[in-house]
Amino acid sequence: MQSFDFNYQQFAEVFARLGKKFRLFGPKRVPGRGRFSDTDLITYADLQNPEDLETAEKSYLSPKSIVFPPDETTFYFTADQFTEPELSDNRETIVFLRPCDINGIERLDRIFLENGKVKDPYYQRRREKLHFFMIECRESFENCFCVAMNANRTDNFATAIRFAPEKVSVMIQNESFLEAFAEVGKKSDFVPEFVKKDSKAVNLPDVEDMPADIFSDSLWDEYDSRCIACGRCNTSCVTCSCFSTVDIFYPDSRNCGERRRVWDGCHLDGFTDMAGGHSFRKDKGDRMRFKTFHKIYDFRKRFSEDMCVGCGRCDDVCPEYISFSSCINKLSDRLSGGKKDEE
Amino acid sequence: MSLDINRKKVTKNAYRVTKRRNMTAIRVRVPGGHLDAEHLKTVAEIAQKFGDGNVHITIRQGFEIPNIPFEKMNEVNAALKPLLETLQCANGVVIENLDNGYPGAGMRNISACIGNRVCPFGNVDTSALAAKLEGQLFPNDFHVKIAVTGCPNDCIKAHMQDFGIIAICEPQFDYDSCIGCEACANTCRRKVTGAITMRNGKAVRDVRRCIGCGECVLACPTSAWTRNQTKFFRLVIMGRTGKKNPRLAVPFLNWVTEDVVMKVIKNTIPYIDKHILRCLAKEHIGYIVDRTGYDTFRREVLDGIELNSEAKVAKTLQWPGYDTVNDANMKSYNQRKV
Ligand code: SF4
Ligand code: SF4
Ligand code: SF4
Ligand code: SF4
Ligand code: SF4
Repeated sequence: MQSFDFNYQQFAEVFARLGKKFRLFGPKRVPGRGRFSDTDLITYADLQNPEDLETAEKSYLSPKSIVFPPDETTFYFTADQFTEPELSDNRETIVFLRPCDINGIERLDRIFLENGKVKDPYYQRRREKLHFFMIECRESFENCFCVAMNANRTDNFATAIRFAPEKVSVMIQNESFLEAFAEVGKKSDFVPEFVKKDSKAVNLPDVEDMPADIFSDSLWDEYDSRCIACGRCNTSCVTCSCFSTVDIFYPDSRNCGERRRVWDGCHLDGFTDMAGGHSFRKDKGDRMRFKTFHKIYDFRKRFSEDMCVGCGRCDDVCPEYISFSSCINKLSDRLSGGKKDEE
Repeated sequence: MSLDINRKKVTKNAYRVTKRRNMTAIRVRVPGGHLDAEHLKTVAEIAQKFGDGNVHITIRQGFEIPNIPFEKMNEVNAALKPLLETLQCANGVVIENLDNGYPGAGMRNISACIGNRVCPFGNVDTSALAAKLEGQLFPNDFHVKIAVTGCPNDCIKAHMQDFGIIAICEPQFDYDSCIGCEACANTCRRKVTGAITMRNGKAVRDVRRCIGCGECVLACPTSAWTRNQTKFFRLVIMGRTGKKNPRLAVPFLNWVTEDVVMKVIKNTIPYIDKHILRCLAKEHIGYIVDRTGYDTFRREVLDGIELNSEAKVAKTLQWPGYDTVNDANMKSYNQRKV
C-alpha cells in the first residue's frame, strides 16, 4: 500500500492518463438540470475532465446506474430468433464513489449475483469491469446514517482519495494503478478516514424479535396520506434493485421488438399489479412498511446484513419530507414499547 | 397662503391629487415586488413623518403613502433617495438629481410573482427580470403596465397587463433515463394540457400541446425530463381593466428568448410616440393598438429584431373581453318573465 499527494494540476494529469485506458464514471454536477429551475443536478455520469467530478456535495442519484441502468435491453427478438446486445462500452471502468455506495453496490451483488443459483449475466458483465476509487467521507452529510447501518467503512477499493482544498491525497491498494499515480505524485503517508458519527441517531430494531402484529400496526397509517407514490426514494436509492420486464414491439411490426428491464420500485403505482387487475399494496402505508422491512429486516434475515446503507438519499429527495430514518426510529420505539404517536 | 402647484409636474413626480384638498400621496416603485426589508423602514418613516402613518400596498406591488401635505414634497423626495439608489439606479436607471424624487410615473411599477427565488414552479428569477426591465425602461411617461410571472400559473396576473411576460421552459428528454412510470404524463393530463403520452414505455411530448410549464420536470423521479438551459417566454399583450372594455391579454409571441422580450418592449416606446393621441391626457397603449390595428403594431415592434429560431408569432389577435355598455343583457331580475 502506498500513498501520494498531488496538487490539482498533477491530479488532472493522472486523470487524463487514466482516461486513455478506462471509462471514468462519477458524481457530476450538471448545471441547471436540477428539479427546480436554476438548480444543478448532481448525478452519476461519465466524466471527461477532473472538474466534472463533484466532490463537495452528495449526489441526488446513486452510482447504481453503472451496473444497473434505468432501462436496459436484455435481448432483441424477431419471430423466432433473439440476439443479446453487446455492451456499447466495453472498457474497464473506474467509479468514483463514497464508502456507503461501495457498500451499496455490494448489496446489489447479493441480489444479482448471490441470490439463488443463477448469477444475473447482465449485471455481472457490467460489475466485473468496475474499479472502485473511494472518495473519502469524514463527516456525514445531511440525512446520512451510514454509521448506524454499518456501511460507513469499507476496504473494498482500488484507491482511496481525499479531496482537500489545496491538494489531493491518494492511497493505492490495487498495485495495477500504482504506476499512473507514482510517476506524478509525491509520496505521503495518507490513510483514509471514515465517518465516525451520524448527524442523526438512528436506532435499528432487533430483527430476531419482530412480532407479527407490527405488520398491521397503526404506525404505517400516516404514510397512506403523506406519501404521493412519486418513487423518488426508490430511484435515488443505491440498493433498490427492483425492475419490471417489458416487451416492446417496433411500430409496423407484429413480431419484432425487444425485451427490456426497467427500474421499478415498491412505492410506485403499478408495482404490484398482476394479471387480472389485482394489486396487493394499494395503500402507501403498506408500501412504506414493505420498503422498511425489506431494507432493515428481510434482507438481513437472508444475507446477515441490512440492505439499507444509510446513504440518506431517500430523505434528501422526498418531496413530501418523509424521512425514512425517522420511520426506522419510530418502528424501533414502537417495538421497544415506547412512544405511540397520537395520530 | 394658497397652494399654487403645477399639477402635471407633480403627477410626473409620482405624486397625485387626492380627495383631500392640499394633500397628496406618493407612489413608491418596487420593481419585481422584492426588496430588502430594510427599505420598509424608509417607507414607514416617510409615512410617519410626512403622512398620517398609513401605507397602502398597491396591486402593482408598490407602496402608496397617503395624506402627505403638498408642501412636504421636497422633503419627501429627499427621504426617497435611498430607495431610488437601490431600487432604480442599482438596476441601471439613470436619474440626474437624486434629491428630486421619481423622474416619471407613466410606466407603472413592473411587478412580478415571487418566481424561482422561492416558488418551485418558477422557471426564472422573475424579480431579477423585472429589475432589468426597470433599468431599461424607466423613466418613461407612457402609460404601460408590465408584469413578469414565473410560469403559466400566472400568479401575478400577467394576463391583466399590457405586456404579460410568462416564463416557460422547454422540457428536454433523456430517453435512457425514462423508466415509464407515467408520472409526467399523468401530471400533464391532470393539471395541464395532456401533452405527454406513453409510447412503448417512454414518454413522448407533443410539442404543439406543450405550454412549457415544467410540471413534467418536477414530476420525473429520474430526471429524464430537464429544462433546456435557454430560457423561453410567452408574451401576452394588451390585457386591461378599465371603464370601456376589460379584457384578458392574449399571446403575441411564444417561445421567445429574454433578449427578444426586452427588445420588443423597448420598440414599443417609439410605436406609442408615433401613434398616441396627444389630445388625450394619457392614452393607454391598448387603445392605441385598437386604433392602429394589430398588423401595424406587429410590424413596428418587431422591426429590426432577429427572432430566435424557436419563436412563434401570432397571426391575429382576438381578445376575450366585453364592452361595459351592454345593457341589452342586463335586466331587472325580479321582473323577469320566466
Ligand atoms: S433506503 Fe434510503 S438510506 Fe437506505 S440505501 Fe436506500 S436511499 Fe440510502
Ligand atoms: S419519495 Fe417520499 S413521497 Fe415519493 S414515493 Fe418515496 S416516500 Fe413517497
Ligand atoms: S406564477 Fe408560477 S412561478 Fe410565479 S408564483 Fe405562481 S406558480 Fe410560482
Ligand atoms: S412542460 Fe407542461 S405542458 Fe409541456 S409536457 Fe411538461 S407538463 Fe406538459
Ligand atoms: S416521469 Fe420521467 S421516468 Fe416517468 S414516464 Fe415521465 S419521463 Fe419517464
